[in-house]
Amino acid sequence: MAKIIVVTSGKGGVGKTTSSAAIGTGLALKGHKTVIIDFDIGLRNLDLIMGCERRVVYDFVNVINGEANLKQTLIKDKRIDNLFILPASQTRDKDALTKDGVERVLNELAKDFDFILCDSPAGIEAGAMMALYFADEAIVVTNPEVSSVRDSDRILGMLSSKSRRAEQGQDSIKEHLLLTRYNPERVEKGEMLSVDDVKEILSIDLVGVIPESQAVLNASNSGQPVILDKDSDAGQAYLDTVERLLGENVPFRFLTVEKKGLLKRIFGG
Amino acid sequence: MSDQSLELKGSLFPLSVLSCPDLSLNALQQQLQQKLAQAPAFFYQAPIVLNLTEVEQAPDFDAIKQLFNELNLVLVGVCGANSSIKQQAQRAGLAALQLGKDAKTVKATDTAETPRQTTLVTNNVAVPMDSRIIEQTVRSGQQVYAKGADLVVKGTVGAGAEVIADGNIHIYGTLRGKAIAGAGGDSSKRIFCYNLQAELVSIAGNYWLSESLQGSFWGKPCCIKLQDDQLVLAELV
Repeated sequence: MAKIIVVTSGKGGVGKTTSSAAIGTGLALKGHKTVIIDFDIGLRNLDLIMGCERRVVYDFVNVINGEANLKQTLIKDKRIDNLFILPASQTRDKDALTKDGVERVLNELAKDFDFILCDSPAGIEAGAMMALYFADEAIVVTNPEVSSVRDSDRILGMLSSKSRRAEQGQDSIKEHLLLTRYNPERVEKGEMLSVDDVKEILSIDLVGVIPESQAVLNASNSGQPVILDKDSDAGQAYLDTVERLLGENVPFRFLTVEKKGLLKRIFGG
Repeated sequence: MSDQSLELKGSLFPLSVLSCPDLSLNALQQQLQQKLAQAPAFFYQAPIVLNLTEVEQAPDFDAIKQLFNELNLVLVGVCGANSSIKQQAQRAGLAALQLGKDAKTVKATDTAETPRQTTLVTNNVAVPMDSRIIEQTVRSGQQVYAKGADLVVKGTVGAGAEVIADGNIHIYGTLRGKAIAGAGGDSSKRIFCYNLQAELVSIAGNYWLSESLQGSFWGKPCCIKLQDDQLVLAELV
């Protein structure tokens, strides 16, 4: 049975698509057949982050409208086996998604995928609701600042009331907190909320902490999911996150300020 | 000004329902006396509704009324009766009431081994709600209203969330959102919370914003009540 995971946040620009790309790639690296669906109809981004923007022929909306089948539409990743992308439509808007249509596509994907990752658009409108409606698990991407935390709280409320699981009275969606753009130095200075602050406010389990890193921007610009940059702190943190998502017990890293060595202090680091 | 001198309004009252398969006077008297001996004060002049679901022959209602009188009980009506018994009860001056849903499940024990027993169950014929319990966290943007009832939240009330009750509000987590107690105007209601970081607290329309709450109770367990139209914060324990 495929597991449907929504990557959501409420607030825009916190790293949903970056995280979707990294985690989806990570799951595939671990040998699980994974598809990432871009639910951000009209603002297609996932294909850029995944570096497959030139290979988009058909899109999610085409599949829903029956204008193309899944086999034609799914883009197979060139780097990793088991990884596929279902791109969003750039020319349509969020209303193009219907509940029946999305359900049909998800059911068909569920037949031969292990993980279906839904990259949600920002906001709490129809598009975001559609992305989370069918989810079994949710990764709530949050930045360590108050407005992002509040929006995440709002989305958590939606997950527990507006999802299919909630409406049908099934077990509730399993919620994971993914803290991104974490900067231990600024936390120490009191400019940023700490991991514990955010955990305390949202009271859900922490699945990962991604440090603020230049590697993320570089990866986005080059169309390489950051998890493939194994030397970078962000890449390693995403790998840890994927392992935790798969049920492994991995200690958290990059939570404290790295002490600079004497040489680094002298020559700059 | 209206010159209305008479007013009829629907209202709900808790009534005790008596179920007893054997309504012969002697048996009833004996069993009732036994029951009342356990808690004489509790049932003193208590209004009683007789459940006749399992009764096929109309008992002597006048005699039963007399018996209830002697035992300091007030027989106000019957429920679950078939139409002919109902008519007779009405002729005896008793109200014919509709059986509450859960009253149906209450049965007198009637087996060969055990002697017949009268079950006297305090049963709300119409159930008024008295408290609403929220098991989880109330998230930002969510609103909970306990109409005519107390509200108990086991989790936290997030910033941007609202909990409203006509009765008291109890929050076992942190209160970061708004809490409005005594929404129906009852100034005796209170707010209890384990950690006060509220955006707003209000009792019967008197409210304080977060700024006014930044005192010694901020982030601490706290009880909020209304005293002479002024909100007062006090220690929880």
